[in-house]
Amino acid sequence: MAKITAGIATSHVPAIGAAFDQGRDQDEYWKPVFDGYEWAKEWIKDNTPDVVILCYNDHASAMMLDIVPTFALGFAEEFEPADEGWGRRDVPMVYNNTDLAGHIAEQLVIDNFDITIMNQMDVDHGLTVPLSLMFGRVSEWPCKVIPLAVNVTQFPTPSGERCWQLGAAIRDAVACFPEDLNVQIWGTGGMSHQLQGPRAGLINPDFDNEFLDKLIDGTDDLRKITRLDYLRESGSEGIELIMWLIMRAALGEKVEELHRFYHVPASNTAVGHVVLKPLD
Amino acid sequence: MRERLYPLEDLEDIPGTTVFTARRSRQAYHLHKFCMSLMDAENRKRFKNDERAYLDTFRMSDEQKQAVLDRDFNQLIELGGNIYFLVKLSNTDGWSTQKAVGSMTGMTADEYAAMMRAGGRSPEGQRSIREGN
Repeated sequence: MAKITAGIATSHVPAIGAAFDQGRDQDEYWKPVFDGYEWAKEWIKDNTPDVVILCYNDHASAMMLDIVPTFALGFAEEFEPADEGWGRRDVPMVYNNTDLAGHIAEQLVIDNFDITIMNQMDVDHGLTVPLSLMFGRVSEWPCKVIPLAVNVTQFPTPSGERCWQLGAAIRDAVACFPEDLNVQIWGTGGMSHQLQGPRAGLINPDFDNEFLDKLIDGTDDLRKITRLDYLRESGSEGIELIMWLIMRAALGEKVEELHRFYHVPASNTAVGHVVLKPLD
Repeated sequence: MRERLYPLEDLEDIPGTTVFTARRSRQAYHLHKFCMSLMDAENRKRFKNDERAYLDTFRMSDEQKQAVLDRDFNQLIELGGNIYFLVKLSNTDGWSTQKAVGSMTGMTADEYAAMMRAGGRSPEGQRSIREGN
């Protein structure tokens, strides 16, 4: 049977991708950011999954103009890195496991999640920056990836509670897939940041660190954070943290924190990163 | 009536923040179509070659076109725009996202970068216009 063996959360700042692609990762500014991922990069060499379910948001690269899906599951065989206005990132093509993706899609709809199926799309920095952070410079990604895009751009976004429920349903869907697969789920985006208006640059380390603490064993509190709370406390783009709740819920009730990293700033954003292992 | 955790009008109560709603998305549809067209290298070339002529191929309002020409990101957001679309424009210009974002704060790029290095903007006094906290 397939099993979710770990959850990883990380920010997915585009400037991290640019620093990585341009070889500036050892600069004074960027070194502390990339150092925060060294532990997980080593760890994942011995814990490479067969498949990653990667929760991210599309930044108006493949959707959000003509179609605004709340939850969109990638169902193509492969996904090309998007050209976000400065050429495509020179990173490998992303390949799907369509058997597992199809199974999850069926199970989620049966469980009343009206998800959108994406038969063709490019994937932007929201998906490829986390892959670069975890796997470094590679000629091909060492695992398959099922993209799960969440609308965190156009209001109303799904609630944190809805994301939690989705994560719990994903856990059940994976658990009843008959093939033996080592599956990880990644939640990306966040932490506090605001990319618009006179309030741009907002960072709230108190909120972020409380979120990191409660991600382990205070999840009832996290599920109650409203969209308005995220906007007020973590900036207009901090609401990306709801995607971490999908990841966390998919791990079940009890988890062990294997690694945690928090750093301000990366460009406009507070960087958070955790590696969690389910205990039941 | 169904229960709501807060009145939706409260989304307008956050200082210096415009919440991107479906209505704003519709207002900016053609502006955003222009932005997404810049994901193609050939279109970027056409735009750089003659910005005004390229903009005139889109059904944007004159105000939106002028704000693009001015690279006035606050005005573009006022006219319905969302930053994830708008960075396609600043990326085309070779700007960092930080430069585009910082341009909305009334600070110079250096001042904004220094604020971020020093830990960013504190949420104190930035949570609610009504409460002033």
